[in-house]
Amino acid sequence: MSDPKQMRPASRARDAVFQWFCFLMACGVLVLIVLVGYVLWGGSADVFRKFGWKFLTGSDWDPNTGSFGALPFIFGTLVSSLLALAIAAPLAISTAIYLTELAPHRLRQPLVFMIEMLSAIPSVIYGLWAIFIMLPWLSQSVFPLLRHSLGALPKSIPLFHHEIPTPALLFSGPTGAGYSMLSGAIIIAVMILPIITSVSREILRSVPDLQREAAYGLGATRWEVTRIAVLSYAKKGLFGAMILGLGRALGETMAVTMVIGNTPRISPSLFSPGYTLASVIANEFAEATSDDYLHALVAIGLVLMAVTVVVNLCAQLILKLSGTEVGAVR
Amino acid sequence: MEPSPATTAPVSTVTATSAIPAPVQDTRPAFDAQNVSIFYTQKPAVDGVTLQVPSRSVTAIIGPSGCGKSTFLRCLNRMHELVPGARMTGTIRLYGDDLYAPEIDPTVVRRRVGMVFQKSNPFPTMSIAENVTVGLRLNGVRDRAFLRERMEQALRMSALWDEVKNDLNRPGISLSGGQQQRLCIARAVAVQPEVLLMDEPASALDPIATSKVEELINDLKKNYTIVIVTHNMQQATRVADQTAFFYLGKLIEFAPTRELFNNPRQPQTEAYITGRFG
Ligand SMILES: Nc1ncnc2c1ncn2[C@@H]1O[C@H](COP(=O)(O)OP(=O)(O)OP(=O)(O)O)[C@@H](O)[C@H]1O
Ligand SMILES: [Mg+2]
Repeated sequence: MSDPKQMRPASRARDAVFQWFCFLMACGVLVLIVLVGYVLWGGSADVFRKFGWKFLTGSDWDPNTGSFGALPFIFGTLVSSLLALAIAAPLAISTAIYLTELAPHRLRQPLVFMIEMLSAIPSVIYGLWAIFIMLPWLSQSVFPLLRHSLGALPKSIPLFHHEIPTPALLFSGPTGAGYSMLSGAIIIAVMILPIITSVSREILRSVPDLQREAAYGLGATRWEVTRIAVLSYAKKGLFGAMILGLGRALGETMAVTMVIGNTPRISPSLFSPGYTLASVIANEFAEATSDDYLHALVAIGLVLMAVTVVVNLCAQLILKLSGTEVGAVR
Repeated sequence: MEPSPATTAPVSTVTATSAIPAPVQDTRPAFDAQNVSIFYTQKPAVDGVTLQVPSRSVTAIIGPSGCGKSTFLRCLNRMHELVPGARMTGTIRLYGDDLYAPEIDPTVVRRRVGMVFQKSNPFPTMSIAENVTVGLRLNGVRDRAFLRERMEQALRMSALWDEVKNDLNRPGISLSGGQQQRLCIARAVAVQPEVLLMDEPASALDPIATSKVEELINDLKKNYTIVIVTHNMQQATRVADQTAFFYLGKLIEFAPTRELFNNPRQPQTEAYITGRFG
């Protein structure tokens, strides 16, 4: 059977074709990113020429008077996304731990299916649900509660002749009908929950059973096994899952637009309305009549892309810096 | 010394400041397995095994692949329970304590019965030192001096101390394969289990590392009861005081090692050790 003549000649040509094909596909992705950046830059160069850094640092956005400051949107995007991540990550990772380590085997597949269903729901449906169910509940029960508990703490504490603001500021101010930064963050959190959960679950599943057995063999309880064998093995991957979720959060548009209040203002209170980069593009693109206005919106798009890239680079940096750490003798 | 009841054993061994090998003076058999069967499916993987493992000696389990050696070994510290759907019947006593009594917590069993696996599995995010002390820290030991002392003892016992004493803070996985396996042995003995189970501990090692592990087993048996699964019959003759031959889930023959190899009573044993199958 192993007569060399019977076997296909070593096909170097095929191998080369395969290699080039993959190379070109990989290049395609790169070219696409560069093209998008180029188009955005081309459409917004005028704005940067005219307003310079003021476009990024200015906080006044009034198309009627021709003043374009993007800071409130950058602020809104970063705050709503980071807050969403802070809400979603613990929930998602706990869910993933439950699904891979604790849940009865019969229950796992149905639960996973349900979680994956969540990501199939269109964004606008989440928005509607938020408006009709979530906002009334938040504005009538949750926000007043937060305001009267956390918000009632001292708003600043004196320290070395300075007044240091405290987190109580976040929960002060009028709560209104619920259209607010916090509502936006919560709906984003709901929307990024499935992706973080699924990716975290895959990461946890990739932890070798041998690691778990090592811990079980020492008499560890389930929680201890999860801590010393699973989570410490998987922590980088879980961080990656969170960053993936953050990326989604930064670009999330429809549902946030429906609940965040769409007011370009920078306020410490999470109860006050905000505005995100993605929302302002979606809301105002159709009515951008002047060239400046249109260019400013394209520039917002460029800023959104830049924010996403910078956030991902920061994440890479954090991963690098934590790369070689191994604890000392204890 | 009376064997301590199962529920208090790990705590008392851990807080004692005695030197490492926790001496088990009991002359009763370490394990007393009566009519043990284990099922993953309808068909038993281990079928009605009755076996007494003598204290402070090395017992080898040999047999062809798939005959239930690992399965039997893993039910000695209730590790098989991690496989969903696995069932076990019969009784196993460890120095008289029923390991499967309803009130017994499997984590307590595993603290009394340590385990070394076929493939070395140090915790990759922990240093060499942390890998050795992790079991003690799980038991709530915080005293640094004590941890350090135990770590050194465990590493000396597993013949690794001289090779790693200058870089205890390096990651455990930066060691060679043989060193990693000895690190895992150190991790297992650091908590002073009463028995050590080893599932083909040397099968992934080169001959030099293998002989180190075998020497180590010979040293450990002065104070420990060891049950070792091996595919290598020479290894069984080198390290084991008595040998059990499993075939198709059944215990075919259990005898002092020399007797089993020189003078097997069962035809299947003879066929296996003369290499006619398996
Ligand atoms: N997790 C499992 N699920 C289902 N069946 C299993 C599982 N583990 C083992 N078995 C079955 O149990 C039987 C005994 O397996 P076991 O691993 O104990 O054999 P072994 O003697 O250790 O073999 P080897 O020498 O190859 O390690 C085999 O028939 C195997 O198919
Ligand atoms: Mg095996």
